[in-house]
Amino acid sequence: MTTNGASLPAPLGLLAELTHRCPLGCPYCSNPLALDRRDDELDSATWGRVFNEAAALGVLQVHLSGGEPAARRDLPEIVRAACEAGLYSNLITSAVGLTPQNLAVLADAGLDHVQISIQDSDEASADHIAGYKSASARKRAIAKEVVRLGLPLTVNMVVHRANIARIESMVELALSLGASRVEIAHVQYYGWALKNRAALMPSREQVEQAVRQVEMLRARHHGQIVIDAVVPDYFARFPKPCVGGWGRRSLNVTPAGRVLPCHAAEVIPGLEFWNVREHSLADIWRSSPAFLTFRGTDWMQEPCKSCARRDQDFGGCRCQAFLLTGDARAADPVCHLSPQHALVEHLAAAGEDVAYSYRSS
Amino acid sequence: MMDTPARQLSGSVCPRLPRGVRLTHNEAQGGWVLLAPERVFKADAITVEILKRCTGETTLNAIVDDLARAFAAPRERIHADVVNLLGSLADKKLLELG
Repeated sequence: MTTNGASLPAPLGLLAELTHRCPLGCPYCSNPLALDRRDDELDSATWGRVFNEAAALGVLQVHLSGGEPAARRDLPEIVRAACEAGLYSNLITSAVGLTPQNLAVLADAGLDHVQISIQDSDEASADHIAGYKSASARKRAIAKEVVRLGLPLTVNMVVHRANIARIESMVELALSLGASRVEIAHVQYYGWALKNRAALMPSREQVEQAVRQVEMLRARHHGQIVIDAVVPDYFARFPKPCVGGWGRRSLNVTPAGRVLPCHAAEVIPGLEFWNVREHSLADIWRSSPAFLTFRGTDWMQEPCKSCARRDQDFGGCRCQAFLLTGDARAADPVCHLSPQHALVEHLAAAGEDVAYSYRSS
Repeated sequence: MMDTPARQLSGSVCPRLPRGVRLTHNEAQGGWVLLAPERVFKADAITVEILKRCTGETTLNAIVDDLARAFAAPRERIHADVVNLLGSLADKKLLELG
């Protein structure tokens, strides 16, 4: 049961962070600053068990991510396990670590879809953002190989201060690579992105122009490519329905096996997370204290508690509420109805051209 | 956003779900769902009947004929429903019209 007595929802998606190892250093990475060690990583047999439990719970799609999932030499076994569990598998990758040969092995293992991150259409800028020389060339080559193998390709473009002016050429690049889908993912401020917030923050004018660009591109390319956009919520009036509601639509398993309602949840003090090494996924979804804490609406304070939108956006993001206000039960202050909204307006105006702190262990 | 014109589809296209798009039944999710890159769609009974016939080897005309027979429904009505569904799925890159 949820805290308001409604029946337990069945999750749709599982984010499987296979490792925190990654050759790139993207300053907007959503991984925590304290990265999981290689020694602590779950083995492929355990992932297989987790996938079977996830499927039984109702999960339909597994997102194989990290860090860089291709850093796992047993990635083919993991993909095969996802396929055998009946899950739709999505590989979320930088493409650095993939070769045409190992990509073919993954395709044979039953991989359904590949999402490749591309940092910018300008190659020098892209390599600078990733902190990895020749990243851009490798990504383009592997993207073409994905399409050549007949796998559907999504290009994920994290948008921020350094590349927001090039949305049009980034979408054209995705099209030229044969992607059937492109995500214009305005950066969200967690983990390393939070650390680099000032360097990543665009201006309001840039954001408004970006919104117009996306609409124009959707009309231009209707039927050729699907353009999904993640809103830059610091510039919005209402909060995003974060992860579709706490403990409602998705769950995240870290490389060391901790199960989180979302990738940032460990920033909230006092939450107790359970580990797949000790509990079944069903048990964790149903009963783990971290999942129970904000599931449903009973935990809400005003203004969320009596807000007409509370079942629509769930009060926004708990992690963001904590990070910005110090209170995980507060309204997400990106909401204009939050008494602390002025703080977000101030932060949204605080972008500056400063150096990145690159992701590293 | 610009209105998109109503789709026209030739009767001789052979529609099929491309690789990476799957129609699957899941008890916990309450029925049939269409799985696509990072999207999930609930598939109602009519959608399921249409998509089950999209093997890449059957023409649109044959699909419509088969449905009209199976459900004893007017062919014109079925044709309109099929074209609407397949057109909108094709626009979302969820269907190939071979």
